[in-house]
Amino acid sequence: MSAIWTVARREFAAYFATPLAYVFLIAFVVAASATTFYLGDFLERGQADLGPFFMFHPWLFLALIPAIGMRLWAEERRSGTIELLLTLPISTGEAVLGKFVAGWLFAGLALALTFPIWISANWLGSPDNGVILASYIGSFLLAGAMLSVASCVSALTRNQVIAFILGIGVCLLLVVSGVGAITDSLRGVLPSGVVDLLASASMLTRFATLAKGVLDFRDLFYFASIIALFLFVNTCVVEFERSA
Amino acid sequence: MAPLVEVEHLEKRFGAIAAVNDVSFTVAAGEVLGVLGPNGAGKSTMMRIIAGSLAATSGVARICGHDTRAQPRAAKACLGYLPEGSPLYADMTPEGFLDFVAAARGLDAATRRGRVGEAIARLQLEDVLYRPIDTLSKGFKRRLGIAQALVHDPRVLILDEPTDGLDPIQKGAVRGLISELSADKAIIISTHLLEEVDSICHRAIFISAGKVAGGGTPRELHARAANHNAVSARVDAGEAKRTADLLRGLPNVASVDQKTEEGATYVVATPKDGAFIADAVAGALRAAGVDASSLTVETGSLDDVFTRLTRRGAGARP
Repeated sequence: MSAIWTVARREFAAYFATPLAYVFLIAFVVAASATTFYLGDFLERGQADLGPFFMFHPWLFLALIPAIGMRLWAEERRSGTIELLLTLPISTGEAVLGKFVAGWLFAGLALALTFPIWISANWLGSPDNGVILASYIGSFLLAGAMLSVASCVSALTRNQVIAFILGIGVCLLLVVSGVGAITDSLRGVLPSGVVDLLASASMLTRFATLAKGVLDFRDLFYFASIIALFLFVNTCVVEFERSA
Repeated sequence: MAPLVEVEHLEKRFGAIAAVNDVSFTVAAGEVLGVLGPNGAGKSTMMRIIAGSLAATSGVARICGHDTRAQPRAAKACLGYLPEGSPLYADMTPEGFLDFVAAARGLDAATRRGRVGEAIARLQLEDVLYRPIDTLSKGFKRRLGIAQALVHDPRVLILDEPTDGLDPIQKGAVRGLISELSADKAIIISTHLLEEVDSICHRAIFISAGKVAGGGTPRELHARAANHNAVSARVDAGEAKRTADLLRGLPNVASVDQKTEEGATYVVATPKDGAFIADAVAGALRAAGVDASSLTVETGSLDDVFTRLTRRGAGARP
């Protein structure tokens, strides 16, 4: 446990070693606000809720989360520090978890910095803050799931740019499998059972319920499973490279 | 007492290529083992396997009696490792980095402060403690790499080219440190500086094409050089031929050569099987009235042993 925390602390601090972290945080808050106000008609629709804010999260995360995750393993491999990390008395699983926790906390920080939107909603009207909290939890889980994917693909390469693009690619697949237009066009090709399965495995479908403020156990379980699965594969990839 | 490092029939294959091929050796406490070999011979691969960052295809490595594969955590706990090229987290400061390594090694905050301070003092890193590692010179980076390897006072140290990139004074300091540390530790260093074998290693092995091509104490290695105990006599140029003929007639002399260095003429007699012929040469020269202005006995160059062992490739065992 303390090993995980040691790795996480170092990794979290590493985000702030360059101004990139601040650029990232500002970009996220600006993008989240812009989509809420301009694309989501936050003001015009005249409802005191954060629906327009949360509905764009899967699409924002699609670009931003792979950017958080891309360096986790690719940078270790490029600089050779993975040699050090793997010879410390830390198991590979602990290192994977530690890095993931650091990235997830960073994503959480970005999410927390969107609090002015929550304040605006409360100032303009009286939204259901319970729903907002549940939506934030859902959004945080979505970020975690995408980060586990990004971390996993980051272990496949020593090039951060490749890790970033691969991360976007895999996350995109997991998101768009729930987009109506795509599932509809798939229905012509695949049996409807398969299409339903794909749609139900989509982060978008799962996130939609959470974003409405409904903390359904099945959705929570889904995101937890995605995280567990990709971190497990992540561990296997690192282990495989060690014995290859 | 069992040796602190035991390596048995270690093998690592990358596809069809055997990077490490049936390597066995032991290192006891108080011993410094030098690993020599040309670039690409498999030195670093072997050290990575023992340190646990790479898994062997077959064979066993034990650190302080712990199998590096079955009990990796216990094995790593008694090990300090400087990887090839001394990779470091470029965005950290030396102080933060050493603290991270010490924490990952399981030292609590109080112990950590003491140990980190000790490592800093030992490697003279005081001046750069708060500068990003990125901006440090090669010498500082190497020393920081060594500092992180010994921050937890391990019983076994594996240092891949510890003096690479250091200036002569720093080299001397690091060698002094290694000798000092070796009192109660088992230390493995890789190097391609043969002088390092003489100055700090108690024993050395030559690795060639993944195999141990030979080894021994520095004294034994010197004895294996073709020019071990060769005697070179500086004579007048006019006397060279007569001297050479004279020495050729001596028993135990295998060959006699002439060479000219900076205008001076030398006649070099190489003995058979490294026999000690200095007395015989001196006596013969005196009896024949040859006026040799200097007479030098060669200890045998490790360069020669290195070249011969690695060219012959695998085969001989240490």
